Amino acid sequence: MPQQQTSSPGQGQRFDWWAAPAAASASEEVAVPRRTAVPAQPMPTRTAAAQPAAAPEPVAAPPAVSAAAPAVVPQEPPAPASATDSTEVYRAVQASAAFQDIRRSYRLFVLPIAGVFLSWYLMYVAAQAAAPALMRTRVAGPFNVAWLLGLSQFLSTFLLTWLYARNARTKRDRAALGLRWDTQDQLR
Amino acid sequence: MTTATPPPVAPTGDHHSLAIVLFAVVVLVTLGVTLWVGRRGNAAEDFYAGGRDFTPLQNGFALSGDYLSAASFLGVAGLIALYGYDGVLYSIGFLVAWLVVLMLVAELVRNAGRYTLADVLALRLRRRRVRAAAGGASVVVTLLYLVAQMVGAGSLVALLLGTNSPHARTWTIIAVGALMVVYVTIGGMRATTWIQIIKAVLLTAGSVLLTVLLVVRFHGDLGELMRQAAQHSGAGHRYLEPGLKYGASFTSRLDFFSLGLALVLGTAGLPHILSRFYTVPTARAARRSTMWAIGLVGGFYLMAIALGLGATALVGSAEVRHANSAGNTAVPLLALVLGGGNGSTGGVVLFALISAIAFATILAVVAGLTLASSAAFAHDIWAGAWRNRPRRERARSLRDRLRRRSAEALPAARSADEPGPGAAEQQEVVVARIAAGGIGAAAIVISLYAQQLNVAFLVGLAFAVAASSNLPVLLYTLFWSRFTARGAVWSVYGGLVPAMVLVFFSPVVSGSKAALFPGVDFHWFPLENPGIISIPLGFLAGWIGTVTSPEPADADRFAELEVRALTGAGAA
Repeated sequence: MPQQQTSSPGQGQRFDWWAAPAAASASEEVAVPRRTAVPAQPMPTRTAAAQPAAAPEPVAAPPAVSAAAPAVVPQEPPAPASATDSTEVYRAVQASAAFQDIRRSYRLFVLPIAGVFLSWYLMYVAAQAAAPALMRTRVAGPFNVAWLLGLSQFLSTFLLTWLYARNARTKRDRAALGLRWDTQDQLR
Repeated sequence: MTTATPPPVAPTGDHHSLAIVLFAVVVLVTLGVTLWVGRRGNAAEDFYAGGRDFTPLQNGFALSGDYLSAASFLGVAGLIALYGYDGVLYSIGFLVAWLVVLMLVAELVRNAGRYTLADVLALRLRRRRVRAAAGGASVVVTLLYLVAQMVGAGSLVALLLGTNSPHARTWTIIAVGALMVVYVTIGGMRATTWIQIIKAVLLTAGSVLLTVLLVVRFHGDLGELMRQAAQHSGAGHRYLEPGLKYGASFTSRLDFFSLGLALVLGTAGLPHILSRFYTVPTARAARRSTMWAIGLVGGFYLMAIALGLGATALVGSAEVRHANSAGNTAVPLLALVLGGGNGSTGGVVLFALISAIAFATILAVVAGLTLASSAAFAHDIWAGAWRNRPRRERARSLRDRLRRRSAEALPAARSADEPGPGAAEQQEVVVARIAAGGIGAAAIVISLYAQQLNVAFLVGLAFAVAASSNLPVLLYTLFWSRFTARGAVWSVYGGLVPAMVLVFFSPVVSGSKAALFPGVDFHWFPLENPGIISIPLGFLAGWIGTVTSPEPADADRFAELEVRALTGAGAA
């Protein structure tokens, strides 16, 4: 099989500039690569917003936890404490301005566009049932309105795919990655 | 019906013997890949997610391989060959559906889940009945899809091999079922993914080859191709207009609208598509693999349109219909003509090649479905809902956290801590392998019984059930902060049950010539596809279940889901 060579993880990482730290975290929870990722994290506003919210908790709940957890590793007791611990982290991150920005830019792009392409497709299918005469109108050569609309569905799908990818790449990816390493740091 | 076209393509023996040889090659190669790849790693992550180290390009090919079933390759081109524009209309829903997957589902599911669709729900709604409902719906969807593929495989392989006897069909179904169980139990997700990639490469290469030959034949004049197709279709210019297949009455047009709705919303709820996103390392890789898949699927359907038109122009609708009333052999017949006609070496080779690609397509798709189905059974129903007592879920997340902490604090303690979850997951994988055998057996039995059912209908039904039961609960979970466990359970059953009930009382089951029980008539639902009713019902039931829920939504869990889904923090 010629494909066998292409499956080497090395190529996957060359492809994807954040696969490397992610792959490390997937295989085992290794602390080192994430530490290095944090300084590169380009969101000063986020740290400002998240830290005040996150900082109080270590004082409030975990002293007992951090003291108990390493000692009693295989036992159940630290469960509730560490659960609330991570819950507080997630709540704090969710409330942070950086996360709100990411979510807003995602939803503001995706929800209207989804509405547009779904109604555009359903209108195209409904035109079939509602206005067959219009669909039969000849436009050029053997092409009629129905064919043009059908082919433009292909075009719009490719176009929206490209627009979405560009939006995600330029508006969200970097901020989400920074927030990811930061959240995981707080969770540890 | 003045088909002034050349070849009366009554299949003769010679090109079938070559096809049989190539079928055997396909089986041997795929089995070889399974054995080769299956030795690498036996952990749950390997079995369910292929080790999560595929590249976006590889996974994009695998996604398109999982998606483009024989129903697409042979069925859509055949529909276009017989019904012209209405076949085109049918294919577009399959493509536009990928935008839903790309924008609303792929990345979030990759970040929030581990192996299955129900994982995403369980992250937020930690209830065994939620997992059981979602797992059960996944098994139903995949089983329906599986039966559609196997019924299609039976008639198709028999047709491609030139023997239309019921025995050949029965043995094909049994052989395909046995092969898919072998692929899945031995190779897991890794082997299944490689089989999908091989199949997708073959399928793309075969389609490109035929399309190039076709375009050369018409000197690049696509307008001429359309004119010739219309001329040889027996329907004249109506061939290029809407209404040849779906335009007879308002009911049939409404039925098509229902099907279109199911197609565009169903893809994002198909368990075997969703579990593909777990084979790549990050959400970004999931997005890029979806983009590859959109490119491949879109390009494929554009080529399928050209091939369907070409089959009509060069073979003629009457011949296509004569060979198989559903048009399934349009593409192989076109290959025969493009290669030089019946009797010529080129024609025989091309026919056998395209038939072998169709066979590889069938094998790959059923393997992917069996895997998704056994994962839903073992991971969601058995391990998540049945074996797991409520305590267990907490224990698992605790264990993860402990492992994380011990990895930091006491690196040595990790290996001692490992056997617990490892053994549980190992047990789960054993169950999944057994489930694959059971599901394969069930699919074989149902397929043998359901051989008379229309394949396109079964596929449409699988999409309708996926869109009614899986998509609403998934979207609510990901986007609605007030969604509750009761809403989730109601949403799954509120889509699943109406879809099944409406089908049971539709003309498919009784009251028409082609029905499952032709003798009796207890139908009252006029449409064949339940989507137009059952999809809104699924969304409605989720909403009602949520607003009447006695317990409020858990804001902490939603915060965790949202943060993890959008940033990828803590992703598996």
